[in-house]
Amino acid sequence: MTPPIISVQDLNVGFSLRQGVVDVLHGISFDLHRGKTTCIVGESGSGKSVTARTILNMVPRPGVINGGRIEFTPKDGDTVCLTELDPRGKEIRAIRGGRIGMIFQEPMSSLSPVHTIGSQIIEAIRLHRDVSKKEAREMARDLLAQVEIPTPDKALDRYPFEFSGGMRQRAMIAMALSCRPDVLIADEPTTALDVTTQAEILDLMRNLQRDLGTAIMFITHDMGVVAEIADEVVVMEKGHVVEQGDVHQIFDTPRHPYTQKLLGAVKRLEEPAAAKVRPPADAGPILTVDDLHLHFEKREGFFQRVTDVTKAVDGVSFTLKQGEALGIVGESGSGKTTVGRCIARVYDPNAGLIDYRGRDLVKAGPEVLRDTRREVRMIFQDPFASLNPRMTVQQIIAEPLVVNGIAKGQELEDRVAHLLREVGLDPAMMERYPHAFSGGQRQRIVVARAIALEPKLVIADEPTSALDVSIRTQVLDLLLKLQAERGLSFIFISHDMAVIRYFCDRVAVMYQGRIVEIGETEQIITDPQHPYTKALLSSVPLPDPKLRGTRARHRYRPEVA
Amino acid sequence: MIWRYILKRILWMVPFLFAVSVVAFLLIQAPPGDYLTTYIAKLGESNEVLDQASVDNLRARFGLDQPLYVQYFKWVSNLVQGDFGMSFEWRQPVSDLVWERMGLTMMLSFSTLLFTWAVALPIGIFSAVRKYSIGDYVVTTLGFIGLATPNFLLALVLMYIGVVHFGADVGGLFSSEYQNAPWSWAKFVDLMKHLWLPVVVLGTGATASLIRVMRANLLDELHKPYVDTARAKGLSEFALLMKYPVRVALNPFISTIGWVLPNLVSGAVVTAIVLSLPTAGPLMLQALLSQDMYLAGAFVLLLSSLTVIGMLISDILLVLLDPRVRYD
Amino acid sequence: MTNPAETTSGETPETNALPADSHLPVDAQPDKLAVASQWQLTWWAFRKHKLAQLGLWIIGLLYLLSIFAEFVAPDDPTKQNRRAVFHPPQMIHFVDRTEDGLRLRPYVYEMDRQRDPDTLAISYTPSGEKIYLRLFGRGAEYKFWGLWETDIHLFATVNPRDKFFLFGADRLGRDMFSRVMYGTRISMSIGLVGVAISLVLGITLGGISGYYGGRIDAVIQRLIEFVLSLPTIPIWLALAAALPPSWPIYQQYFVITLIVSLVGWTELGRVVRGRFLAMKNDDFVIAARLDGASERRIIFRHMLPSLTSHIIASLTLAIPLMILAETGLSFLGLGLQPPAISWGVLLKEAQNILSISQAPWLFIPGGFVVIAVLAFNFLGDGMRDAADPYSH
Repeated sequence: MTPPIISVQDLNVGFSLRQGVVDVLHGISFDLHRGKTTCIVGESGSGKSVTARTILNMVPRPGVINGGRIEFTPKDGDTVCLTELDPRGKEIRAIRGGRIGMIFQEPMSSLSPVHTIGSQIIEAIRLHRDVSKKEAREMARDLLAQVEIPTPDKALDRYPFEFSGGMRQRAMIAMALSCRPDVLIADEPTTALDVTTQAEILDLMRNLQRDLGTAIMFITHDMGVVAEIADEVVVMEKGHVVEQGDVHQIFDTPRHPYTQKLLGAVKRLEEPAAAKVRPPADAGPILTVDDLHLHFEKREGFFQRVTDVTKAVDGVSFTLKQGEALGIVGESGSGKTTVGRCIARVYDPNAGLIDYRGRDLVKAGPEVLRDTRREVRMIFQDPFASLNPRMTVQQIIAEPLVVNGIAKGQELEDRVAHLLREVGLDPAMMERYPHAFSGGQRQRIVVARAIALEPKLVIADEPTSALDVSIRTQVLDLLLKLQAERGLSFIFISHDMAVIRYFCDRVAVMYQGRIVEIGETEQIITDPQHPYTKALLSSVPLPDPKLRGTRARHRYRPEVA
Repeated sequence: MIWRYILKRILWMVPFLFAVSVVAFLLIQAPPGDYLTTYIAKLGESNEVLDQASVDNLRARFGLDQPLYVQYFKWVSNLVQGDFGMSFEWRQPVSDLVWERMGLTMMLSFSTLLFTWAVALPIGIFSAVRKYSIGDYVVTTLGFIGLATPNFLLALVLMYIGVVHFGADVGGLFSSEYQNAPWSWAKFVDLMKHLWLPVVVLGTGATASLIRVMRANLLDELHKPYVDTARAKGLSEFALLMKYPVRVALNPFISTIGWVLPNLVSGAVVTAIVLSLPTAGPLMLQALLSQDMYLAGAFVLLLSSLTVIGMLISDILLVLLDPRVRYD
Repeated sequence: MTNPAETTSGETPETNALPADSHLPVDAQPDKLAVASQWQLTWWAFRKHKLAQLGLWIIGLLYLLSIFAEFVAPDDPTKQNRRAVFHPPQMIHFVDRTEDGLRLRPYVYEMDRQRDPDTLAISYTPSGEKIYLRLFGRGAEYKFWGLWETDIHLFATVNPRDKFFLFGADRLGRDMFSRVMYGTRISMSIGLVGVAISLVLGITLGGISGYYGGRIDAVIQRLIEFVLSLPTIPIWLALAAALPPSWPIYQQYFVITLIVSLVGWTELGRVVRGRFLAMKNDDFVIAARLDGASERRIIFRHMLPSLTSHIIASLTLAIPLMILAETGLSFLGLGLQPPAISWGVLLKEAQNILSISQAPWLFIPGGFVVIAVLAFNFLGDGMRDAADPYSH
């Protein structure tokens, strides 16, 4: 067997803070092999990114390497110990970008905003190869073609902000691969991307690896992505490697409880929730939306001329039955959040009808709106932004009760305590401020605020996407429980098909401001009709490595469709 | 795209300059009474009395008897033709009096701007890269003191040091032998010898704030992901620093010209008065005090225009330097 | 699959624990931190800022001095003394060596005035006599805050006929220390009053601009840009030149403050507008709207509390600008006119190079200006850093 190209041995990295050195990596070991993809998987704070940077000897300040070594054995060379090199020296700089390339998570901020794509790639080439500017430019163009960027010649002279996220990430890959490195380190390269774009980037990386034989270290928190791409898996938790091995072995017979927990959380989302209460077949409609339009106008200049119009919602119609959970799924910019906000009248729609139990919310005046908003409540995506940090939990949950004049004094406090218990929080914590709570707990507070007025309809806008996987199902289960107990209807907005499948009776698929397909969740998932739905579903990574390559990937090109 | 932006920006100058002219006119009209009142009071001190007829006569001659807006339009329409009116006090066309002084003011302001940038840029970079080092603390402390010291106080202290310790008067822009001499190489050299003091006095405050701006900008940029990207390419630390974060941090730095220049022009007025420089400041002060309205108005207008033009330059520079601005 | 009710109650690992990625002050007790309000968090963050605290102490001291100026000043600041022209500063000594041994009591050495018979230049030399001082001694009569007549001063000479000059005397023999104390009152208060005017202008215009947006916003923004592009000093000079010098002091004071505050409001207006604009679309503000809160309640209960700390920080940074502006105007003779006393008026005395070469202590008010401005900047910087304890 050939020696590993990178061998991390008992690596220990600490951050020296005022209180002393705090270890972030506690003696981790793993190997990378030529032509193989090793996924490093773990939740936020597990030390994945620090590991990646330490391989390039770029430990972020105030981190220091306290022990262990990282050995690098290129095909035609001797073993070098990367951790022993001077982090500013020539040797390590020749390896960075030359022998080991790296891709970062944020395609938006990982490229310099004031240099063209071309100049950034050409620089990478000329740093490691003795070629003229012209030759480097040609090489850069070929690289852009290789990562499937259309019209690479023109793309060279464009700035990063003129590109979409996916295109930027392609350019990053082109740059990282510009000197044919032996190892490619990718730090959550698809996390910030939409699922269809993610699928394309994963395809691209797979193909490039097959052609170039590069060893890839792929950092992710998404077990689905791991199943799609990994050969080897390293599971990290709080700076420890808790388990490592072949991808099939990890998925089939996970040994460490943490791995089991991660996989369990993903696998539970592979099917509808068992505790789901279906609405009665004869339930009447609670909400009818008909031909809803909302256009955002960009106004400029002194006279506020309209310079640009975005049709965020472009003729959306659907009906929601009493006690039903309707999912709205779509990628960023599809208008799904805007639809939710139109129903809550955060935005004022331009045209259409929103019939909530006989009231038209599009035309509703302040009186009707105030009454309606008691019954139609909203849960937000970011539990950090949607709670006023300057109010205590008690004040936050009490706010709707106070402003609607429902309760005060001791009764108010009792109701808040009751609500907290209902969402699984200790009422003793009501004096605390939101900053004392974790993400999952905060989302519970948001839920408590939403149900305080005993609503009939809840609009949940990506309520779980800011949370770690293991917390996600807990919040979903809480919502399911409340739905069962209170007969709530839900509009559940998400980009994540798995979450929708777990929670929703029916689903509407949105694309560019329109609903392209709507129907029973299971039916849409097993038998999608619209080409966009097919593309979307075929892009969702399957959390089972055995199914890898068993399905055809659809691409959706609207100008063709 | 760029040219359209620049054209648009230049067109914006028209209403701005119009507003500036209105403000300047209103300001010089603000004092109760007019030049004649001051003039009569002055005559009165020497026991001369002007009869009502000759007062009215003079008033009509200077156009002071007409309604305000008529006076304004007369003033502006002459301005457009380069005629700034007559100085009451000097009995000379205003344009003869202002241009040389405005020229020196501009030269002083722009030299100071260059000095400020030349000093603030490297120190700001150093201070950000070596954050919390002794050098950084020294620079930061000096910067704070520089910000807290009014220009005139610094000028006074330097003059005091000059007089007490070197026995030399450091005021003025020219040695006495060149004061009224025509321009020559020797006069220019003499000017340069005198220029450093006002430049230092004037530039200290701006330098201090620019160092802080540069330091803060660069600190924001130093930990951006694109810096990591560049490091992962294998760039050396210095090349990396100069090419990426410094380049990006330069943009807000450039746009500071917009407020540094008004500050410098303002500061130049006070500094010039203390150091008795032959720039716009002292003459404007005198004109304001004696209500010599056309002269004062010309200075207020020209100094304000100078800063408006400075803002234009900074906006154009910025659009040339930062591709993102063009697409806003 | 388990019952959802059970799974929710089983969320043990994260209950009761602080989030691991907490960026909040680490030295606070977790329980204390959990119930800490915005102001407590801000205060904790502020406490770590040593320079800002120093600034706070200095500013506190300066305002104390201005409140009790008449009491702290040992002499009438306008009283001229021909026999003390350019009297140099005297140091206070505490250890008194007498025949009885060492005693602790404050005193200064008396200075004798001589005139050089040839040059007629005046000089002072110590006579060797001691002038003893005491706390709460009697001195010049004054009306404290214009209310009570008294002659008790914080410190004074034991013998009321003796004079002493802590900061020296000016060309009319007036006690500089007393003058600086009165100047502190005017200069420091101009900053406060000016900032109050700026605050009203800035919050009103910035708030309208940010809350309503659209065309009103565009107009106000152009106005702010225009005001910012004007060079302040020529404009002030022109405005100040319009003031009749015959006006009474309080009227001058008010108008100068108004002129000076014309600088401050634009910056404040921009801060307020930017924050309002950003916060208007914050989820927690939308949530409050959906809770049914009225516009009034949204602005005052939900938005303003987040703004106040920023506003206070901006105000603190605006005060020194006003102090500098007043000082500059008065120095040029266009601000407050004597007999009003401010730091700027005092520094006007130092304009003459002959005076300062003879009496460098005329620079002392300048020192006060620098220290006050520094202190405000330190404090403002610290407050700005601490203003948003929730930001990352």
